[in-house]
Amino acid sequence: MSARAEGTAAALPPIAIPRRRRRIRGSSIAVFVFLTMVALFVAIPLYVVVVTSFKPIEEITLGEIFNLPVRWTIQPWMKAWNELCTGLACDGIKQGFFNSVAILFPSLVLSIAISSVTGYALALWNVRWANGFLFVLFICAFVPFQIIMIPLIIIVASLGIFGTVWAIALVHAVLSMPLLTLIFRNFYKDIPRELINAAIMDSGSFWRIFREIVLPMSGNIMVVVLILMITTVWNDYLVGLTFGGISAKPMTVILANSVITSRGEAIYNVNMAAALLTAVPPLVVYFALGRFFVQGITSGAIKG
Amino acid sequence: MPDVRFEHIVKRFGTLSVLEDLNLTVADGEFLVLLGPSGCGKTTLLNLLAGLLDVTGGRITIGERDVTELDPSQRGLAMVFQSYALYPTKTVEGNLRFGLAAQKLDRAEIDRRVAWAAQLLQLERMMSRKPSQLSGGQRQRVAIGRALVKHAGVLLFDEPLSNLDAKLRTEMRLEIKKLHQALHQTIVYVTHDQIEAMTMATRIAVMDQGVIQQIGTPDEIYERPANLFVARFIGSPAINTFDATLAIEGDRVLARHAPTGIAIDLTRHAFGRRPEAGAPVVIGLRPEHFAVDGAVREDDAVRLSLPVRYSERTGSDATAFLEAGDQLVAIRIEPSLMPSLRIGEAMNASFPGEKLSVFDARSGLRM
Repeated sequence: MSARAEGTAAALPPIAIPRRRRRIRGSSIAVFVFLTMVALFVAIPLYVVVVTSFKPIEEITLGEIFNLPVRWTIQPWMKAWNELCTGLACDGIKQGFFNSVAILFPSLVLSIAISSVTGYALALWNVRWANGFLFVLFICAFVPFQIIMIPLIIIVASLGIFGTVWAIALVHAVLSMPLLTLIFRNFYKDIPRELINAAIMDSGSFWRIFREIVLPMSGNIMVVVLILMITTVWNDYLVGLTFGGISAKPMTVILANSVITSRGEAIYNVNMAAALLTAVPPLVVYFALGRFFVQGITSGAIKG
Repeated sequence: MPDVRFEHIVKRFGTLSVLEDLNLTVADGEFLVLLGPSGCGKTTLLNLLAGLLDVTGGRITIGERDVTELDPSQRGLAMVFQSYALYPTKTVEGNLRFGLAAQKLDRAEIDRRVAWAAQLLQLERMMSRKPSQLSGGQRQRVAIGRALVKHAGVLLFDEPLSNLDAKLRTEMRLEIKKLHQALHQTIVYVTHDQIEAMTMATRIAVMDQGVIQQIGTPDEIYERPANLFVARFIGSPAINTFDATLAIEGDRVLARHAPTGIAIDLTRHAFGRRPEAGAPVVIGLRPEHFAVDGAVREDDAVRLSLPVRYSERTGSDATAFLEAGDQLVAIRIEPSLMPSLRIGEAMNASFPGEKLSVFDARSGLRM
């Protein structure tokens, strides 16, 4: 209420009629409670992980997991990065981090390159049996990795790259291709037909049109696919475990090997710190690229 | 510059037949407008020529070259699209260059052509802008420039002005016409707008339901429509048509309009074939060929005296609508006559016999 309305309320009726407060309905209370519970379901364990990672081990043994640390320490984080043991080697999780990065980049390049070109061809060119091909892709997207795991291992081994980051990158590219191709195809399908016709008349070249016209228009979908792929590849455990052999274990595999240990004492604070370190990169990607989701690059380009 | 020939063109989409045995020749340097209502097949025909669609049957030649099986980029064509279809991520200059770079021309030649088009279409000051930073008219000019720089033998236009406002459309119409007069390129231009067709074309092909109804100069199409469809499609206000019956009295041929009893003297009409008594016909009278009031001529083929129903003014013109039985007759009048018109009062009008069209009511063909 404004000052005027308060001061003269006795003499004059208020000019502005206050907006009636909206009643909160029963159903929205139920939704609200449900959403809160879901949020807490994630937030509480996360809280425990975070505070534990900053506690010295003596505080953890007290068993009061919800308490904030009495003495904050980043010692567990340093240890997790540099000295975490997997089996007999105590090189920290940093080796896994570098492995994961080494896996990530070829995976991204390979998967995006293959599926964007395939999607472009299926969406904008007359490909014979395109619909049949799409249907097969669609079916492939539903085949669980575990079913084809063993044949894949044999294929990859015969290529002579088993146990290297290239094996993992290749498998990621192959496994993600159906979904990514469908995503790219649906995006490119929305490019106005006349624009592609103009490009076809100007230059009949498949690659030239892709490189100079279509690819520069793909910013939005690239961000979406990047986020999707970075999270998938970074968080993957099974592909890394099966195809990485001994030398190319990604971060998740090293983390699991250290944390799921059946011997010795569990160093909870170091384990929690290692888990958080593993989880951080996809989060960074989300925050860094998230804002590009909103922007449209083709707006106003076709009609005014 | 080459001519374009369509020979026995057939186009079907699945079981839907759009064009059946269509033949058309576009002469070298001609500005041919394909005119027709939506869905008449005119854009399909253009896309077949461009190579964006494949023919089901028939042959297309440009010059002496059979292009039926060639890819669009190899046909020596340039096209301006309805939505402009500028490359959104390229600048104006990039848009002009793209097609030339693909032709593997050397740099100096590309620079020369781009500069030429920029100067011709006054694009110089916007060369580094993106399409999204241009107005509709500017985008249209860039789209035309992109087609012109290719120095293609044949230029195709697919309803290029339909997204512009009325004033800009008039300007661009003139610009395109001037370009044609300056460059003498063969142009095939698709539109549903009769004014565009009438003002720009050297020849018009009127299409309906996949068939070319008439092909001729704008004058021929307008003054001597080959059938009722063409007569009614061209002209605004539309042509007046009356159902009538032929009667032969001695050596005179008359067409009687039953509801009003008006008899139209067709004795001097150049019939394409012998008129039969009792044959149903449709008489077409263009609104602007009427003479009214003081100008009425006694020896004209048609003389009317009908009550005025209402009148309307459209800028430089005015139209009076007279009541003739259950239909209205539109007559173009001088706007200065407007104040003297009284609703319900009879108005005298006459129509010269050499300007009227007679159609067979059954086939719709000109007689």
